[in-house]
Amino acid sequence: MGVDQPLGDNIIATSLDSLVNWARKSSIWPMTFGLACCAIEMMATGAAKHDLDRFGIIFRASPRQADCIIIAGTVTKKMLPVIKTVYEQMPEPKWVIAMGACACSGGIFDTYSVVQGIDEALPVDVYIPGCPPRPEALLFGLMKLQDKISKERNSFGSAIGLGERLEPAA
Amino acid sequence: MAENNRAVVMLKERFGDCVLDCKEFRGEVTVTVKKQRIVEVLKCLRDDLRYNFLTDVTAVDYLGRDERFMVVYHLYSIPNKDRIRVKAPVCEADCSIDSASGLWNTANWLEREAFDLMGIIFNNHPNLVRILMTDDWVGHPLRKDYPLQGPDREAYKGRLS
Amino acid sequence: MASTEIMTLNMGPQHPSTHGVLRLVVELDGEVIQKITPHIGFLHRGVEKLSEHRTYHQTLPLTDRLDYLAPMSNNLGYVLAVEKLLDLEIPERAQTVRVIMNELTRLKSHLVWIACHALDIGAMTVFIYAFREREKVMDLYEKMSGARMTSNYYRIGGLSRELPAGFEKDVQEIVDTFPGHIDTYEGLLTKNTIWMQRTIGNGVISAEDAIDYGITGPALRGSGVDWDLRRDNPYSGYENYQFEVPVGVNCDTYDRYKVRLVEMRQSIKIIDQAMKRLKPGPILADAPQVCYPPKESVYNSIEGLIHHFKIASEGFPVPEGEVYQGIEAPKGELGYYIVSDGGTKPYRMRIRPPSFVNLGAIEKMAKGSMLADLVAIIGTLDIVLGEIDR
Repeated sequence: MGVDQPLGDNIIATSLDSLVNWARKSSIWPMTFGLACCAIEMMATGAAKHDLDRFGIIFRASPRQADCIIIAGTVTKKMLPVIKTVYEQMPEPKWVIAMGACACSGGIFDTYSVVQGIDEALPVDVYIPGCPPRPEALLFGLMKLQDKISKERNSFGSAIGLGERLEPAA
Repeated sequence: MAENNRAVVMLKERFGDCVLDCKEFRGEVTVTVKKQRIVEVLKCLRDDLRYNFLTDVTAVDYLGRDERFMVVYHLYSIPNKDRIRVKAPVCEADCSIDSASGLWNTANWLEREAFDLMGIIFNNHPNLVRILMTDDWVGHPLRKDYPLQGPDREAYKGRLS
Repeated sequence: MASTEIMTLNMGPQHPSTHGVLRLVVELDGEVIQKITPHIGFLHRGVEKLSEHRTYHQTLPLTDRLDYLAPMSNNLGYVLAVEKLLDLEIPERAQTVRVIMNELTRLKSHLVWIACHALDIGAMTVFIYAFREREKVMDLYEKMSGARMTSNYYRIGGLSRELPAGFEKDVQEIVDTFPGHIDTYEGLLTKNTIWMQRTIGNGVISAEDAIDYGITGPALRGSGVDWDLRRDNPYSGYENYQFEVPVGVNCDTYDRYKVRLVEMRQSIKIIDQAMKRLKPGPILADAPQVCYPPKESVYNSIEGLIHHFKIASEGFPVPEGEVYQGIEAPKGELGYYIVSDGGTKPYRMRIRPPSFVNLGAIEKMAKGSMLADLVAIIGTLDIVLGEIDR
């Protein structure tokens, strides 16, 4: 570059939004919140073979410390108020992943007690199909979420109280 | 045959008219008794015939019959390794039967479930409240006249219909 | 004297140690549990109702999702019940494969149990190891059925497809390596002071109480009752295998832990015997009105196609009657009570879930113990909410 660099290579030029997005996407902390079968695949993803930690993804037991909720399993009418409460307890910014056919659409359980997709109640960012999805599918979904986060605009501005965070168009 | 089964012989002897029917199908003995004496029948099976383990309590809805419901008990004998099924018909107008929770604690939750999903009232039950559905749920989902998708939603018929 | 009052504490349904969506309302005097009220039903999906609207073949995938840690055991209970209704004779090879897969399923389920149980008490390493080994069983599942968890591999009358190539080698590897893995878990836990202090004398329930509360499976054997359906009411040819049924003495969590570890070793022994019995032969019963035709005939002949289509769309009629079939699932006695009215769909299907009944005893087991011990008691009961709520 033609510009004289007094600090050598130790400086990069970027926007504050990119910096914030990079920080957020590299440390997604999902909640430990298993509902049904998909939760076991979520555990398998977190265990030795697939190892979620390498993405900076660490499960947190409390919604107050989490910024992502993975709806892993069937949502019933009895459970829905609980999920809403947990979601409300999470601090902004927060993202929702619908993992598995039941969370996406109710799956094979088209019955009296099952909510036909969590998107009836929460704003879903990533849908992962499968019954249950393989760990690789969950990893792919999480990477899609990272892509989405990295394209957000005004992330820094919204963090200091200037305007709204803008999500990328789909 | 079922008539020669030790338990059936003894029940017929003790309870006479209260034994409505006994059948054997695929090696399983089923005894149908009047609901008024169900607890005595179960106690007799437990104490005198060593059917000491209550496997299951459930109910079946035969919509359209005079006696609409059938409460079904599955007993197992750990010493003798055999099973017996006891059934008691319950009509819709008087939808109640005596609770077996005094004999086995197993019956406590199983009867609560039968009450929740089938609407059968178990007299003298210590805590007869809903167990699987929410407390304010209306109706009993496993009844045959309860729609699969619930009363307030149409069934999904596919994109083309 | 300072006066004390009872504190009510809510645990769950969002709690990392409740193994799913279980809610417990605990009344505490200091740290001692006075009363505990479980609330369940947060995962009630209406499987029993749904099965009344599905044909017999279509009901099979629903059973995978009951106890999702042991899908093949659930499939087995269901197909055995329907086969009993139909009075079908199952070929030898299919029965042997069922035994192998059932015991692998037991291993798989117990691996999740030891992983979560140890994790709850604070031993993270066991979780990582057990899930690593579980992947081996999962890979085998995937080779056989195409799915890691919801296998749907059995069919009414036999199996859905032939064993994959290399099956013998994979199973042999599991048989050879797993005793060493179990030694590792034992090395990490059995003489571990923290583990012993947390589990010995915890969650005691006597044999009489256990029978009174209807506890089954390893939890009952831990209380000293020598009862195993595989040995006492054999199915799928279990009478041809030699295995021991471990029984506990002290009725506590530590004994139940030891019982399950011995069970895992016995499962490996059964798999080893079954592999030696595995002979070539048909995998489906000779009952064309029930079983799907082979794929070659479906693809190459119009008769085969119509046959397949009729079974897939209409199903098959089942004689009128009612049966109960109980099997020894990894968690206890899993029973299917099916009432048929002669039609192509079950008139009523009742599932007797072991976890549901076992959980009913938690009140008895936890009363008088400390709050922290409750986590160990939930772990030792080995509950799965999919099965409890159905």
